[in-house]
Amino acid sequence: MGERTLEIDRVSKRFGDVVALDAVTFDVRPGELFGFVGSNGAGKTTTMRIVLGVLAADAGEVRFDGAPVTHETRTRIGYLPEERGLYPKMKVLDQLVYLAQLHGVPLNDAHRSAELWIERLGLTERRRDEVQKLSLGNQQRVQLAAALVHGPDVLVLDEPFSGLDPIAVDVMSEVLREKAATGVPVVFSSHQLDLVERLCDRIGIIRSGRIVACGSAAELTSGASVRITVRAPGAPAGWASALPGVRVLAENGDGTVVELAPGTDDQDVLAAALATGPVREFTRHHPSLTELFRSAVTEGAGT
Amino acid sequence: MNGVRRPITPAAAVRLVAQRELGARLRTRGFLIGTAVILAVLAAYLLFQAALVNNAQRTTVGLTGQAAAIAEPLRAGAGQLGLDVETRRVADAAQGSADVESGDLDVLVSGSPANLRVQVKSELDRELEAVLTGISRQEVLSAKLVQAGLNPAEVMRDVDAARIQVTAFEEHDPAQGQRTVIALVMMFLLYMGITAYGSLVAQGIVEEKSSRVVEILLSTVRPWHLLLGKVIGLGLTGLVQLAILGVAGLAMASATGVLTITGVATTTLLWGLVWYVLGFFLYATVFAAAGSLVSRQEDVQTVLTPVSMVLLVGFIAGFTVVQEPEGTTATVLSLLPPLSPILLPSRIATGSAGPLEIVAALVLTLAAIAALTWLGGRVYRAAILRTGSRIRLKDALRA
Repeated sequence: MGERTLEIDRVSKRFGDVVALDAVTFDVRPGELFGFVGSNGAGKTTTMRIVLGVLAADAGEVRFDGAPVTHETRTRIGYLPEERGLYPKMKVLDQLVYLAQLHGVPLNDAHRSAELWIERLGLTERRRDEVQKLSLGNQQRVQLAAALVHGPDVLVLDEPFSGLDPIAVDVMSEVLREKAATGVPVVFSSHQLDLVERLCDRIGIIRSGRIVACGSAAELTSGASVRITVRAPGAPAGWASALPGVRVLAENGDGTVVELAPGTDDQDVLAAALATGPVREFTRHHPSLTELFRSAVTEGAGT
Repeated sequence: MNGVRRPITPAAAVRLVAQRELGARLRTRGFLIGTAVILAVLAAYLLFQAALVNNAQRTTVGLTGQAAAIAEPLRAGAGQLGLDVETRRVADAAQGSADVESGDLDVLVSGSPANLRVQVKSELDRELEAVLTGISRQEVLSAKLVQAGLNPAEVMRDVDAARIQVTAFEEHDPAQGQRTVIALVMMFLLYMGITAYGSLVAQGIVEEKSSRVVEILLSTVRPWHLLLGKVIGLGLTGLVQLAILGVAGLAMASATGVLTITGVATTTLLWGLVWYVLGFFLYATVFAAAGSLVSRQEDVQTVLTPVSMVLLVGFIAGFTVVQEPEGTTATVLSLLPPLSPILLPSRIATGSAGPLEIVAALVLTLAAIAALTWLGGRVYRAAILRTGSRIRLKDALRA
């Protein structure tokens, strides 16, 4: 696989009798924002911890730049763990400098980089404060700075947007886009699906330790059935039910909601509607990632 | 910036972690206040001791009337027995009695040398009584010798020439008492130091675990380096504190005159520092392993109790060892690796540990350090990332 790509290749992990990950496979390409979504307990955090070597995989391999990830390559990863982790009694600046140094950045550069991110993330006034005295939102910013301070070549962020106010969300999104633009593969998990849809180049959906869908938002939603709302005041009841590949979901007053089977031409529906008289509304709904997610996660959940 | 960053070497990782620990601890108010308080207590104790030494044994004897003549023989006789006696002329016997009652004088002596009358507040010191009796008898004897036509001075010269011969099997060390005190102080400092800084290792590990910072650390540093850095950093902090206390204590004790055997004390302090390092390394990884089993500060005490108990047993046994440092029990106990760091330095202080014993204890302790560090590191590595409920030691060892 290509240069500077993070590859997760058939990674499996069991905790006792529970299969946490079952041959999870996806890759994050350089300059790409990859959204990793799934319900609680689906295996997102476990996957990320395996990438960081915090957990060992039972089988499979994580590769970066074509080679298996070793302890040395891990120092090039920026990591934001799900459970935030910083020394509560250490000052913001000291903490960032220390973490940068631990990742192999010389002291002077570590200092410069820490100051840079502190300013960028709006923490300048709190830089001499102990982390435990900061608000949760600010702690989150420090945590992000900790993931970025050593200038990582890969970013792995577990729920970076949880607990952020809208302005911080914008700052975070901007920073992630910017890092990706420099050719860094960025993977993050989130429950805010609208955000993921807006931000990510590609998305992977995980369910019960298995990747059930992976691709760009457009790719993921293109195969799904299309819904159309038609408002034709003159149409008789049941006008659409006989059309091939069309399922009527709701019919009330002069509005009708239909679902088209894949491959059905929506123009046929429009023609049929026009045949009944004037058409006031003809709206095609693209299923959102949220809907897709819901169906991907519930589909076959009973098996 | 990617150009300047290079993978961190193990040595650099350990040094960074140790530096952080050292910086984080030395700068805290707790360390400064703690050290200052212990020093203040030590200073107060020494001043109190010095005051006792100066005043307690000094006896002020008032001499009135003819008794004034015995001032010289009284001081000489008391001096031979090592009593600190100050004589004072008292013109008025009634005033002297009042002074004795009020405590200004310890003893008032009146009457003729051959027939001394002594007033005391409650009790006359036995030795002082013997001296005074001796003087009185001497006076009577001299009078009788003159009556018998002998020269008292010549007779007394012959009497004084009579000597008994003493053969001692062991050299008496007049400083044995001081040695015992030094041994006790050293033992106390070692026990406190190892327990306190060992607990800090465990607490630091639980802090990293409970704040989850360990996940970030372990994504760049190996568990082994993190553990070693922490142990070295805290060990140095403890060593700094012990050195400050030791040197300051030694200086104060010498300055106040409480301590006269500075050489022995210095040797003991140096040995104490060596054994602190050994003892700390012996227990640190055990404390670390115990700490890594739990994820919350509230649970730390439970897992540390068994380790602290071993140290406490050593500390309690120490009192017996100090009293009888030559005994078989003391020798055997001080050679057992878990107890050596606390017990052997006090036996060195009392001068009862031979070079062979010291070498044996050093070798045994170093072997124990190697074994426990290996074991503790194993448990730590297996348990450090497992958060949640307490991990059983058996599971950690099997992992």
